[in-house]
Amino acid sequence: MDAALFYLLGALALGSSIVVIAQPNPIRSALALIVTLCCLAGIFGLLGSPFIAALQVIVYAGAIMVLFLFVLMLLNVEPERGPGRSRQLTFAAVALAVALSAQLGSVLVRGDRGAGVEGFRAPSVDMARVLFSESFLYAFEAVAVLILAALVGAVVLAKRELP
Amino acid sequence: MTPFLEELAIAAVKVGAIIGLLLGLFSFMTWAERRLLALMQFRLGPNRTGPLGLLQPVADGIKLFFKEETIPEGAHRGLFLAAPVIAVVTAFTAIAVVPYGPTLELFGRQVPLQIASLDVGLLFIFAVTSLGVYSVVLAGYASNNKFGLLGGLRSSAQMFSYELTLGMSWVGVIMLAQSFQIADIVGAQAGGFWRWNLALQPLAAFTYFAAATAEVSRTPFDLTEAEQELVAGFHTEYSSMRFALLQMAEYVNIITVAVLAVNLFLGGWHFPFPGVPASPLWFALKVAAVLFVFIWLRGTLPRLRYDQLMAFGWKVLLPLVTLNILVTAALVQAGVL
Repeated sequence: MDAALFYLLGALALGSSIVVIAQPNPIRSALALIVTLCCLAGIFGLLGSPFIAALQVIVYAGAIMVLFLFVLMLLNVEPERGPGRSRQLTFAAVALAVALSAQLGSVLVRGDRGAGVEGFRAPSVDMARVLFSESFLYAFEAVAVLILAALVGAVVLAKRELP
Repeated sequence: MTPFLEELAIAAVKVGAIIGLLLGLFSFMTWAERRLLALMQFRLGPNRTGPLGLLQPVADGIKLFFKEETIPEGAHRGLFLAAPVIAVVTAFTAIAVVPYGPTLELFGRQVPLQIASLDVGLLFIFAVTSLGVYSVVLAGYASNNKFGLLGGLRSSAQMFSYELTLGMSWVGVIMLAQSFQIADIVGAQAGGFWRWNLALQPLAAFTYFAAATAEVSRTPFDLTEAEQELVAGFHTEYSSMRFALLQMAEYVNIITVAVLAVNLFLGGWHFPFPGVPASPLWFALKVAAVLFVFIWLRGTLPRLRYDQLMAFGWKVLLPLVTLNILVTAALVQAGVL
């Protein structure tokens, strides 16, 4: 039952996150992102951490995304038309994506495969302890840097002309 | 019957009973609100259909059911149709974890008067109600109507501003009960009205009530559907049963907010004085009183201006509720409360 729900939520989360980046209409992207976040919350719930699940929905789906939608609707953002892609950037993006996948893959290969969905039932505190432990710390921090890079990228894209 | 099936049957009966009760209360609320408002304004209100006009909601329901459903040209069809569904689903889900009375003993087994008991009960309600905002935003956006869009934008800004205060008003209560479970919070208030959180957390009770009124867009915070300027706000373009669904969600949300007010601040199902056994009857009476206050406010207060609404939320309520949390934390740490 848990495994079935996990695969269902996982598939939904993956599918909707593909819609987020593939969809030219920003409002639809935002709506798909809300679905992704709710699915992630469900997965947190399955992992035996209702507290993080509730926080995920409250903070991301319920607060941040409302603000996103609000701004999108206020500015009436038009659907994006395909900009000219530079070859160098495409190459760099593919290289970085491969590097990231390799890194995440290495974590999966090295990680404890015994800890499946059913195996991992611990309160939030224990989960945080595992996450910040030696084996996951670097991967965890790398993801944090990735998010920061995305943030910087968004600022650069939005500002266009830097002084 | 296996224990699993038994549990399932009990849950199904409870869900059915609660939904039936809520639908009944919703239609009764529409009638009571119109009659009471009329009395406050020296009118009679709907009094023709059935005794005292009590069958008016039934007539309204039948009328709405047979109306043509229109979808405006240029509307975003999928979202337009989905918005009322989101509204109803979130409204009913939120109320699923709220207890209505002490645990009863029926046919030799303990039956809690609650559909689902979650460890993070209050957080769950907060999460689900914060998703309810989308119905309003999407309904406004999808209708392709400027009044709808303005209403949707206003309500998202309003709900966003008051949600924070709403959640933070619970923190003091949670600290006193040391639990997110509503049943525990009610249990901590047993033994007379001076043990109620209304007496122990008066500031939080005030901020909760103000924020909750804003969250369900009731007067004086009903800018989202200010009929003089926005026709009907986000549901301008809705007709027939989808309009009825939006109305239903709105009233169920009001009931949720009232039920929470009773559970968190008014002692839940406990009688105001010790010695009288706890009962769902006291709970129902208190909920009725809170619902009456909502109608009373609507008959009394004028609507706030938009800047007043924002200033009140951010500059008055939020500092007050923050102060309340700090003081409560200090008192709990010092062992006074």
